[in-house]
Amino acid sequence: MSLYYVQKLLYQLNRDAATRAQFTEDMDSVLAGYALTEEELTAIRMPDIGLLYVLGVNGQLLMHYAALKQFEWEDYLQAMRDGVAEHGPVRAGIYAMTGE
Amino acid sequence: MPMVFAGVCSHAPGITGRAERGDPVLRDGLCKGFERMRQAIEDSGAEALVVIGAEHFANFFMNNMPAFCIGMGETYTGPIEDDAWLGIKRTDILGSPDLSKRLITNVMNEIDVAYAEEWQFDHGIMVPLHFLTPRYDMPVIPVNINCQGPPLTPLHRAWKFGKALRVACDAAPEKIAIVGTGGISHWPATPDSGKINEEWDRNFLDRFVNNRRRELLSYTDEEIYREAGQGGFEIRTFITVAGATEGATGEVWFYAPIPIFAVGCTVAMMNVV
Ligand SMILES: [Fe+2]
Repeated sequence: MSLYYVQKLLYQLNRDAATRAQFTEDMDSVLAGYALTEEELTAIRMPDIGLLYVLGVNGQLLMHYAALKQFEWEDYLQAMRDGVAEHGPVRAGIYAMTGE
Repeated sequence: MPMVFAGVCSHAPGITGRAERGDPVLRDGLCKGFERMRQAIEDSGAEALVVIGAEHFANFFMNNMPAFCIGMGETYTGPIEDDAWLGIKRTDILGSPDLSKRLITNVMNEIDVAYAEEWQFDHGIMVPLHFLTPRYDMPVIPVNINCQGPPLTPLHRAWKFGKALRVACDAAPEKIAIVGTGGISHWPATPDSGKINEEWDRNFLDRFVNNRRRELLSYTDEEIYREAGQGGFEIRTFITVAGATEGATGEVWFYAPIPIFAVGCTVAMMNVV
């Protein structure tokens, strides 16, 4: 599990225009800077917003990544619901505090 | 000068970003509440606005997360978010570094506060400023309390921080207004976005405006998460304002759950004199 680095990547993307530009231009060159599992890399590349949510990414980071990837608000919310249906409950992070 | 104004308000990005989708009557009531607060701050003669926020990983992350941080920049920028998404144009916001430095120095006698000369405001500060200083003509001093990345700042420390902030503000020659912004119950940016526990909110507001310290500090994070969602952790900002106005009472100027804004929209104040 490298939830910390998935979130760190999204944090940098959200706050730094240069990282965002590089990510759009050559995603893998940005991803190379973070220790991520195959599952995490796939979720980021697709992007599989629902899986990122299930992996435990905080919505305060994830909603901006979804917006960057052109998800409308309702589609973003639905993607998380679909993610839980497909991959099961949230595995880590703040939303794993109760078993819901 | 003694602190001239203390208030609290919501900051959900939907308030501006999804403005046209909110119930028009409720949104109008919320805007009137914000306008009343803007006018009250202006009438107070405030020369600087301290915004006690609960930012959302715009500047502070789990690589080095302060329990409390106060801005000391000459200027700040915001919003950090896409401005079309938030519905607020990107702008520079004037700081007040000399006043910041004096506040930080004074607060440090009681609280180990971090400080920052760089700060990109997210919706947590930009939404309140959009309504309260729409021309961005009042110096702003941002304050952050960690309400996002556990372990979170304990509630009783948020209270103590409020007391220390009050002492520092009262010791400064400037007239200072403070506004705490956060909560109350909400599940922002999750599949439960739009869920609001109105009963819990009203109970919390009752404790807040009556400044019942013991009751305000009696919540556990487990209880807050269960009843008020992870967004409920932001009550720390209200508790800081209650600590800064210990012994005073206040008034709720507006409260209504507006699901598309994903929060029970709140504007309230505490009497400072
Ligand atoms: Fe918030």
